[in-house]
Amino acid sequence: MKPLEIADKIKERFSDEVLDVKEFREQVAIILKKNRILEICRYLHDDPGLYFDYLVDVCGVDYLGEKEKKFEVVYHLYSITHCHAIRLKAEVPESNPEIDSVTAIWAGANWHERECYDMFGIIFREHPDLRRILMPEDWEGHPLRKDYPVKGPEEEWAGFRAVLDRAKRFKEFEWNE
Amino acid sequence: MEQIEKTFETRELTISMGPQHPATHGVLRLVLTLDGETVIKCTPHVGYLHRGIEKLGENRTYFAALPLTDRLDYISSMNNNVGYVNAVEKLFGIEAPERAKFIRTMVAEMGRISSHIIWLGTHVLDIGATTPFLYAFRERERILDLFETLCGARLTVSYPRIGGVRNDISQEFLDELYEFVLEFPDRMDDYETLVTENRVWKKRTVGIGVISAEEAVNWGLTGGMLRGSGVNYDVRKHAPYDAYDRVEFDVPLGENGDCYDRYLVRIGEMKQANRIIKQCIEKLPTGPVMADSPKFTLPPKDMVLKDMEHLIHQFVLITKGPVAPEGEIYSATEVPKGELGFYFVSDGAGKPYRMRVRAPSFVHASILPKLCEGGFVADVIANIGSIDIVLGECDR
Repeated sequence: MKPLEIADKIKERFSDEVLDVKEFREQVAIILKKNRILEICRYLHDDPGLYFDYLVDVCGVDYLGEKEKKFEVVYHLYSITHCHAIRLKAEVPESNPEIDSVTAIWAGANWHERECYDMFGIIFREHPDLRRILMPEDWEGHPLRKDYPVKGPEEEWAGFRAVLDRAKRFKEFEWNE
Repeated sequence: MEQIEKTFETRELTISMGPQHPATHGVLRLVLTLDGETVIKCTPHVGYLHRGIEKLGENRTYFAALPLTDRLDYISSMNNNVGYVNAVEKLFGIEAPERAKFIRTMVAEMGRISSHIIWLGTHVLDIGATTPFLYAFRERERILDLFETLCGARLTVSYPRIGGVRNDISQEFLDELYEFVLEFPDRMDDYETLVTENRVWKKRTVGIGVISAEEAVNWGLTGGMLRGSGVNYDVRKHAPYDAYDRVEFDVPLGENGDCYDRYLVRIGEMKQANRIIKQCIEKLPTGPVMADSPKFTLPPKDMVLKDMEHLIHQFVLITKGPVAPEGEIYSATEVPKGELGFYFVSDGAGKPYRMRVRAPSFVHASILPKLCEGGFVADVIANIGSIDIVLGECDR
C-alpha cells in the first residue's frame, strides 16, 4: 500500500487525532495527538490490510523554541508482509511529558522507550520497567534535550567523584616497596 | 539404627556477569539470578560505552559526523559508513555515480565477511572450540590489509563519502581481492569441517536460545537473528540501495530459530557476500567515483591546490557544511548485525537538527532475558555469542 493511502486510512478512522500529514522524499509522516496513540498503533498492528508487524524504531525529538509542543515521539513502522512503511509522530508538551507505552503491542519497544525516557525525560505510561538505560541511574538531566550542554554539566557526576576518592584512598598503599 | 534425616536448603544466588568478562564481547553486564545451574532471571545492563554519538552528531556538519559512525560497530566500520552516507545522500537528494555504488557494495560485503568471521572465531572460542579462532583471524587480517591498500586505514576507514567514495580503486587492489575471493570458499570449507557437524558444537547450540518467527518480528530483531527464525527480511532485498539490485545473491534462512540455525545463516551469508564481491569485480563499470553536485560534495583535491575557485568552494563547504533541505528522512541498510537505520531531522542548516541511530545490537541485547531465562548458565555464553552484538553500537 502507498504511504499516502495509509495516511488516508488513519485520517478516516481517527479524524480528530491527525494534525498533519507531511511527505518528504516519498516518506510520509503523520503528526498525531498523543492521547489515543495506543489505540492507533493497535489498529495499525491488527488490521490485516496494514499489518505493521515490525516496529523499527521509537525515538524522541526535542523542538525547543521551534514548536508549541516541545517534544515529539517518533515511531517508525514497517510491515514485513506487505513491504510498506509509515512514520508516526506524537506531540508531547513539556508541562506534561507523558505518553502511553506501546510495549503491549510490540515487545521490542521496551528498550527504545527506556532510552527515550533516559535521553528526553518523556514518561511512558504502563511501561513494564521504565529505568534509565544508557546513563547511570543517579544521573541528573536528560542529555539529548536541546538545553543540555554538549560538554555535559559543570559539576562532575557523583559516581565519578566516588571513584576518584577511592583511587586516592588506595594510593596510600605503596605497592612497589 | 537411628535414621538421620538431612534436609537441604537451597537458595537463589545473584551474580554479576561482566562488564569485564571475556565472553560478553565488550562491556555488557548481566545480573543473573541462579537456582543451581538454572538461570531464573537475567537483567542486562548496557551503557558503559555510551559516548553520546547522537548528541555529537547534532553539533557537527554532515562531513564531520562521518568518522563518528566508524566508532559505532567498530569491527565493521565500512558498513556503518555506507549506511550513513546513503542516509545523507537521500536527505540531500543526490546520487552516487555507478562506479562508486559498485565499489561501496564491494567494500560493504568485505566488511560483512570480516565482521562475521570475527563473530565465528569468538563465538566458537567461547563455547570451547579453540582451533577456528586463529584461522578466522588469518582471513580477517587479509581483508584488513586490503582495506589498508584501499584507503590507508584498517579499522576506522571512513572510505565511503557523501556522494561517492574517497578515491578510486587500483588494479593492484582488484587483483588481490580477486585472489582472495577465489580462495575464500576453500577456507569456508575448512571452518565447516571443524565446526558444522562437530558433535560437541551441536550439543551446545541445537535447541538453545530458541525464538519463534512471530516473536522475533515482534521484538524487532533483524539480520541473522531474524533470518535464523525463518523470516525472509533483508533490507538489501526489500529496499535495495547501492548496487544490490544489480547483483545476484540468496538470503539464507534458518528454520528453528536456535543458536545453531543462526550459525548456519551467518555462514551462508559469508558465502553470499563472497559471491557479491565476485560479481562486483566482474561488473565494475568505469567512470567517476564522486557525484558532481557542487552544493554537497567536495571538489577534487588536485583542483583545490591549483585553482582559487575550488579552494573557496572547499573552504565554504568545510566550515559551513553542506546545507540540507528542510525535512526528515529514515534510511536503513543491512549491516552484519542487522538493520542499521539513520533518522535525520533537518531544519535547513548545515548540521542535522536530530541524528538518530537505530542500532541493531541495542535491540538484540534487549532479547537476552528472553533467551537466557530458564536455561543453564553455560547457555548464557552461547546466547551472547549467537546474538552477535557489539557494545559500541549498542551504547552509541
